[in-house]
Order: sequence, then C-alpha cells, then structure tokens
Amino acid sequence: MHTIAQRAPNSASNFAPSIAGNVYGMNERIRRLRKETFDAEPSLSIERARIETQFYKKNEGKYPIPILRALNFLEICRHKTIYIGKDELIVGERGPKPKAVPTFPELTCHSVEDLHVLNTRELQRYTISPEDIEIYAQEIIPYWKGRTQRERIFSHVPESWRALYEAGLFTEFMEQRAPGHTALDGKIYRTGLLDLKARIAKRLEQLDFLNDPEATDKQEELTAMAISCDAAILLAERHADLAEEMALAEPDTRRVAELRKIAEVCRRVPAHAPRTFREAIQMYWFIHLGTITELNGWDAMNPGHFDQHLVPFYEKERTEGTLTRDEAKELLSCFWIKVNNHTAPPKVGITAKESGTYNDFTNLNIGGLKPDGSDAVNEISYLMLEVAEELHILQPGCSIHISARTPERFLHAGCKVIRQGHGYPSVFNPDVYIQELMRQGKTLQDAREGGCSGCIEVGAFGKEAYLLTGYLNVPKILEVTLNNGYDPVSGKCVGLQTGEARSFRSYDELYEAFLKQLRYVVDQKVRVSNYIDRMFAKYAPATFLSLFIDDCIAKGKDYYDCGPRYNTSYIQCTGLGTVTDSLSSLKKHVFEDQTYSMDKMLQTLAVNFEGAEAMRQYILNRTPFFGNDDEAADAIALRVYNDLYDTIEGQPNTKGECFHLNMLSTTCHVYFGKMTGATPNGRLAGITISDGTSPSHGADTHGPSAVIKSLGKLDQVKSGGTLLNLRFLPSLLKREEDVAKLASLIRSYFALGGHHVQFNIVDTATLYAAQQTPEDYRDLLVRMAGYSDYFNDMNADLQADIIARTEQEGF
Amino acid sequence: MALFFDIKRYSINDGPGIRITLFLKGCPLSCVWCHNPEGIQPRKEKMYTRKKCIGCRTCVEHCPYQAIYPTAEGMKTNTEACRLCGQCAAVCPTKAMEISGTEYSVDYLMREIEKETIFMDRSGGGVTFCGGEPLLHPDVLLELLRRCRSLGIHRAMDTTLYAREEVVAEVMKETDLFLVDLKQMDSGKHRYYCGVPNERILANLRRVTEAGKALVIRIPLIEGVNADEENITRSATYLASLPWERRLVHLLPYHDIAKGKHEKLGTRYNPDRIPLAPPSEKALAHCCSIFRQYGIETVIGG
Repeated sequence: MHTIAQRAPNSASNFAPSIAGNVYGMNERIRRLRKETFDAEPSLSIERARIETQFYKKNEGKYPIPILRALNFLEICRHKTIYIGKDELIVGERGPKPKAVPTFPELTCHSVEDLHVLNTRELQRYTISPEDIEIYAQEIIPYWKGRTQRERIFSHVPESWRALYEAGLFTEFMEQRAPGHTALDGKIYRTGLLDLKARIAKRLEQLDFLNDPEATDKQEELTAMAISCDAAILLAERHADLAEEMALAEPDTRRVAELRKIAEVCRRVPAHAPRTFREAIQMYWFIHLGTITELNGWDAMNPGHFDQHLVPFYEKERTEGTLTRDEAKELLSCFWIKVNNHTAPPKVGITAKESGTYNDFTNLNIGGLKPDGSDAVNEISYLMLEVAEELHILQPGCSIHISARTPERFLHAGCKVIRQGHGYPSVFNPDVYIQELMRQGKTLQDAREGGCSGCIEVGAFGKEAYLLTGYLNVPKILEVTLNNGYDPVSGKCVGLQTGEARSFRSYDELYEAFLKQLRYVVDQKVRVSNYIDRMFAKYAPATFLSLFIDDCIAKGKDYYDCGPRYNTSYIQCTGLGTVTDSLSSLKKHVFEDQTYSMDKMLQTLAVNFEGAEAMRQYILNRTPFFGNDDEAADAIALRVYNDLYDTIEGQPNTKGECFHLNMLSTTCHVYFGKMTGATPNGRLAGITISDGTSPSHGADTHGPSAVIKSLGKLDQVKSGGTLLNLRFLPSLLKREEDVAKLASLIRSYFALGGHHVQFNIVDTATLYAAQQTPEDYRDLLVRMAGYSDYFNDMNADLQADIIARTEQEGF
Repeated sequence: MALFFDIKRYSINDGPGIRITLFLKGCPLSCVWCHNPEGIQPRKEKMYTRKKCIGCRTCVEHCPYQAIYPTAEGMKTNTEACRLCGQCAAVCPTKAMEISGTEYSVDYLMREIEKETIFMDRSGGGVTFCGGEPLLHPDVLLELLRRCRSLGIHRAMDTTLYAREEVVAEVMKETDLFLVDLKQMDSGKHRYYCGVPNERILANLRRVTEAGKALVIRIPLIEGVNADEENITRSATYLASLPWERRLVHLLPYHDIAKGKHEKLGTRYNPDRIPLAPPSEKALAHCCSIFRQYGIETVIGG
C-alpha cells in the first residue's frame, strides 16, 4: 500500500519515510498506529464541502461575514463524521478518517477535471470515488461558481500581473489557500475556551458605540469568536460521546478504560485549561484541528515550543507519580501520528505544480531559548528527538534550536538523529532569528518566544500574523532582463523593457537593468498581495484562529485584519545561487574576459546550449560560483541579496506594517526551474534552480566549510529567514568524532550569523543519480584517511565501491 | 620549488577537529599501494580524466607543441613533446586535462588556511601537511609552520619520516602532532614495497617520541605485505619500546582506490602485479589482539 505516490517528489531522501524505520523503542500500539498512518492513502473527502454548501445555500446574506464564517465552522463541527481509531489515545481527525482531506470550495473550488487528475496522477495522488465526483459536480460546483475567493481575486488582477504570474516570475500563496504560517505560544495551556469566552463577553461589554466607529465591526468579530469557541467545544464533546458509546460495545476491558479516559479528557479540553500531560497534548490537538477545519491555511498549524509547553505538566506528573517516561513518550508518539494523518489540501489547476508535496510543514521547535533568555532544553526536548528518530514519518517536521547557550550534548543528540539521514531535524539559530524579529520591531520577550513555524520563516509565536505571500523567481527576472522584457520561454512580453542586452557596455549597466526589472516585478507582486490581504480580511476571517493570537480579542479584530500584535508580509526569494552564478558568468566571460560576446551568449541560451556543450562546460568549470568562499562570486551574491532587501523591505502592506525579505524556496525552485530557460551559468532550460540561499546544485566544490563561509557573508539578520541545504555522504559522519565535527560546523555557521541549515545525508539513489548527471553533483565529497576525492572524479569502479559502502553503512 | 597538488578544506580524517590539508608534491617513497600517486613525482605532471573529456579537441588546437592527439581512447599526449606548459589545461572546458602541481606563495597559502580558522577554533582542528612527503620541502614547510604558530594554529605533519635528521629536528620544533605511517618492519621488504629501506624512518620515529611529540601511528594493513603475524609482532614490539604516551595505532585496511588516479596519470597501478588484498575480518581482529598484548590500543580506520 505504501506507494511512490506517498513520497515527496523533491529531495526524496529528505522527506521520504521508509516503513523499515528504527522501531526498537516503539511499543505495540505505536507500531500499529505507525503502520496505519503509512498505509493510509491520501483521499479527498467531500463531507466538509457538502455541509458548507448546504449551510451557505440556507444562510448566505443572513449574517455579517464573520458570524457567517463562525456559524459555518460550528455547522461543520456539529455534523462532521467523528473518528476514533483502534488503539488511539489522542483523538481527532479533520476528515472522516486518517488522511482524508476536505476541500474548501469557498476559497477555491476543484473542477471535475481537477478531481479526476488528483485521483489518477502518479505523484501526490488523492483518491476520490466516482460517486463523490458526481456529487461534487451536481451539488458543490454549481453553487460556488462565481462565489469563490479565487475567482474574486482573479477578476481583479491586472493584465501586467497576470503576464508575470503566468510566466512563472512569482507565485501567489493566497490564491488557493488561506494565509497561515502560524505557531502558538503557551497561553492555551493556561486558558480554556470558556475562559476565552468570558474574556470576549467582557470585551463586548466595553465596546464604545458612541466614540468608536469600528465598534460594530468589532462586535461582529467578537461574537463570531465566541461562536467559534462553542464550535470547538462541541467538536470535543462529540468525541467524548463517541468514546463512551464505543466503550459500551468494546469487549476488551483495557480498551474500555482507555476509551473512558478519552471521553474524560475530551470533556475537559478545550473547554477548560489542561491539567495533565495528556490533556495538554489533546488541548493542542483540538486547537490544531479547529484551525485547519475552519480554513486551509498554509502551513497547517504548529504548537511552537512544544517541549517548553509540555514540560511543566510532565514534571508535575512525574513528581506525583501519575505518568512514566514511557507513557509520556507514547502520548507524544500518538501526537506525531495525528499530525502525519493530516495531509496538505491539494491545489487546483496548473498551480498544483508549484508545491508538489503532501507535507503541510508542521515544524516542531525543540530546544532554543526561554522568553527570559535562558536555555530551554529539557527532558521533553530529548524525548521529542527520540520520538522523531524512531517514528521516522513525513510529518511533523522538527528542528533543533541551537543558541550559544544550548548545551553541547543536546546538539550532539540532534546531530546523531541528523546522521540517520532522514533529513531532520533541521537546525536553527535563535541568536540570529531573535535579532531578525527584533529588527522588525518585536519586543525582546516576544522575539524570544518566537521561532520557526513551517520551513525556515520565523515569527513571534502566538502574537503575529506573518504571511508568506509567494515566491519570487529571481533568475527569471534576469532572464527577462536579458530579453528586454520578453519571456523567451513563452515569447510574450511580460516585463519592463529595460534595454537591449547586446547594447550594454558594462556589467554595471546590465545590473542596473536587472534592478529596474526586479523593482517592477516586486511592485506588481505587492500590489496584488495587498489586494488579496483585504479579500481575506473581508470575506474569509479566521475567527477561530484569532482566539489564540494576541491581541485579536483585545482589539476585537480578526487575525487577517490587523488583530495580531504584529502583522508581517514576506516575499520569498528563490534562486540566489542560480542568479549569482549567472551574473558571475556574464561578468567574467562577457564583460571581463570577453570570451563570449553577449550576442553569442544570448543565442546560445536561446537554443538551450545546443551544439555548444564545450562552451557550457567551460562556463561550468571556469566561473566563480557562489558557495566556494570565493570573493568574486560572493560579492555578487551579497549585492543581489542586499538589493533584494532594499527592494522588498519597507513596501507597505495593508496593515500599517510592511513587507520583508525571506529566502525560502520549499519545493518551488523545481517549478520555477521548469518555467525558466537556460541560464548563463550553464544551467539547462527546465532544470531546477537553486533552493533558498544554497549554492546552485553542484556549484560548491570546496566542501561544506567553504559553503558556510560564503553564506556567512550575507547579513542574515536583514532577512526573515535563509535556507541552507548541505549534502553529505554518510562516510563523512561515520565515526563518533565525525558527529562532533558536524556539531562544530553548525556552531561555526551560527557564529557567522547563519539562520538555518539542514543536512541531506545522501543515499545510494542519489549516488546513482550523480553518475547520470555528474554536473549537478560536483559537491559530493568522499573522505577517507589521507585520501579524499570528489565522487564525480572517481572512475566507475570506485563509484560502484562507494555506492556499495553507502548501501552497507546504510545509516 | 615546492609544488602542491591539492588543498582540501573540511578535512576530517587527518588529525583532530576540522582541518585544512595541504598536499605537497614529491615523495622519496614509492609505495606500490600509494593512494596519492600524483604526489610521488616532485615535478608537474599532466593528468587526463577520460570520463570528463567531451572530445572537443580544444586542447589539440591550442597545444603549442602539437603534443596532443585524439585516439579512440580519448586524447593522448606525446610525453616527449609535451613541455607541461599547461595550455591544454587552461583551455579544456571540462578540466579533463589538468596539470597536477602548483607553486603557491606562502602568503596565498596562509590566506587559504586563515579562511578555515573559524572551524578550527570551534572543533580543535588545524592544518595538516600531507603529501607526497612534506619534509621534502623544508624551507617552505618551515615558513608555513612558523607562520601558523604565530597565529596559534595547530599543526599536524602527515609524514613518512624518511628525511634527514636535521630536517626532522627542525620540523619537530614547529609541529604539534605527527601522523606517521609504519608500513613494514623488515627493511628489505620495505625497500621492495616502498622503494627505500626503513632504518632512517625508524630512527626518526624514535627521535620524535623521545622529544615527547604527540604522535599517531597509522598502519596501512595489507594482506600479503604487512598483515602477517611476524610483521605485526615486530611492529608491536618496536612501538612498545618507544617512549610515547598515547599508545594508539590506527589500522587502515587496504583499498585500491588509487586505481582511478593512475588512470588519470597515464600510469599503471601496481604494474608488477604484486598481490595486495585487504585483510580479512579475522586477520584484522588478530592484529588488534597482538597490539593489545603489547599494551597498544587500536582503531580501525581513521
């Protein structure tokens, strides 16, 4: 049952789980639940869409929008199928069963064709029955036609934006999914929903209809928030009811006791604050479930510093003797499996290509700092690492947060999990991201309570709406510049006519044109992002999520409408490596050495280097590339980075704050690569562009320390996150002391101001791929005593030997 | 003239911590199994990687001495006509043609070393001089060692110790750690496999230990060459007689990874077909037990 379709398409070794994980520490229950979550095939559930459509047919126009949205959420919680699986201790599914993903037609309505494609495509398949497709065609689609958020957005966008969007210069996050990227702080472990309702009631009393022109809006929003509390409490109660009902029919007395316990917990949370470790996890899970049922926010949801939140419950119960370490681990494992059951909602139409993954990026932050600045590592931190290593499943992701204060043994424990080659944990540097957050105006305490919510972007947990608005294809901007505003792939004029490249007399002239184009593209992007922001504020308020983000209740404002204490917008720039190397190639070969004329370069790019392999190889081997601690290349990267910052930073958003630079790519560099023709760095058309702030694939040939030195030259505090993927052969992490050296490498990067790094321990599949396309893998180092070589430079026999060793060592 | 044939960063197998390793070209030994054969000759050499060659013939066109000609097996160089001018390497698009051996200034090398200091500082690493035989170039070597000392950079010397006594004495003063191969205790056999007898090596090894220098002994363990009971017992007896503190030996099981480099150099690996094989698990365990009897700990690999 576990098919290729379950695997993430890109960087497979990073995310692809294997059923043969490390199972030594799992008990029977977790083993069974883990197998179930593996075997479950992602499917589409039309239940939510049906409940919602019926509700809207009856009620649209009868209520103010926030109240309509809250009542819709209540209706879903009242009627959705409740699922409690065999063996489960933590309960709650968004759909009627694990990995059954609902649709959100109010935002974007799948067409019959979309559903057929999803049902049959090879990668990231979501099954759906012909009967359900028929119901969708009859009931759902006709109602939502012309009413969806996506249609509202696309009816507005100007032609100039559409041209850039269709050519793949940027993506738009919110055209199909609601803005998300949210992580919570610790308030839900101290405050039940009934407490929140009381707070809302008080706030309603205080509304000043005499002097506050927004009082009516606030009343609607606050009322909607109170209804959302009822909805989540109802959802929990229904779980309690079902558990009690199941207990009556259950023959196994042990399970009967478990079901009664489930019922007891669900009657307690989320209505009241949790008292135990188990209630705390279940509390979070209901909140998580509520936010991803209400809307399909990007990056599902995230408990933030889960280890810090859970440890008081753990310590209390350990002292009281009501919880063992094994029981705590079992409950954490159950939580892990719950997250893994929640596959990302699929997109519609061609943009499904933009983000080809099932992963919904719940990134658990482990370690780091406490709000008072002291080291936060505790026993749960180690327990979470253990669970992550043993379960080895796609979601949730996890990251270790390594401040200068973090104890070495915790970093070492993290590195040992990294060595397993699952691609996690990724590693973050709180000392830098706290600076990033404070630079944007957060208080010290709020910044320290922050961290990473999904990929690498950081925010002030529980206090900020930090919206990623979409990716920017920076190499494509250069391509359009080189073609005087035309997109050579489609042949259409999509950008600004910044001058005929053949007429540029100097590199600086070319660079100026590139900057002009960049500013134009960013302006287009910001304009539409701002429009969409208002669309969500007006038509899709997140009245449940707003409960948990300060200061939405105090302000009486929605999460999407300036309710949060901080309101940030990001544009994520992709392909720093590719654009740097391309500019470096033009600078050196066209303007300095004059090895090739601009005309020759452009003609060769136009034909995708056909008949010019020698030229392409010359460029690949004789150009200073980013990631080698090379002054010439790094200076270009730094200039581009600073100009991206200057262009994006400070562009006003609709919430009185502004846009910031982010250097994240997720899997979008693959889509952007497909949309971009051959580039001057020797990259062929359609091939993936570089990810995050990583060097271009195979461009870094001086080892990981040189990569880190190059990255360390960027002032990363200016961004809201950078991303570095490093590829390691298992032989570089063979011995205990190698793990310590990896830890030193991480510490060195963080001392240089690095934000994030993650390690991809290559598997044999990667090595086979390296044999096929060696130029993409020139960075693969083989190290042995007194001998070292690049994998590419070895002959076929030796490569076979290395592959055999890698297989054998098989970390 | 001191030539270097490689500079490797993030070097993690040549001493403690994260290191940068400089490979000096030229070696008085010529061990049959040598895994860096391009390090043996103390002069520039041409290397050609067939796999990388796209057959564009740019090298043929640019060679001022018409020394290169295409064949069915890729480009061939007439070694008598070739003056090692490096034109071919400069124009080759894929770096299939390379000249091994570059003369770097000490300033340049120090800049390269200093690029890596942040990693050394955090990992307890440093610089390792390797080869070839670094002691073959005492002038450049000593200058580098002294400049590293002034910057507080840890210095390791990966050496055969086949060098004049006074060179060893000078280098010893400026070296923090020696990494020394002990290949074969029988001098005649040593000469047969490595091209030189071993008396000088053993005498220098004693001097290094008498000076109280930190030392790691490495034995490339090869079935048919030195993995036999007699040689291992002799090695253990000898090492046990030395006044060194850290009684630790790294056993490096044989591999024939140098084959690829010989292909590039246009030379043949082990031309006399001397039987060389990795030791069996059993033999390896036996070697370890012999060393243990003499109070010497062993590590496999390293």
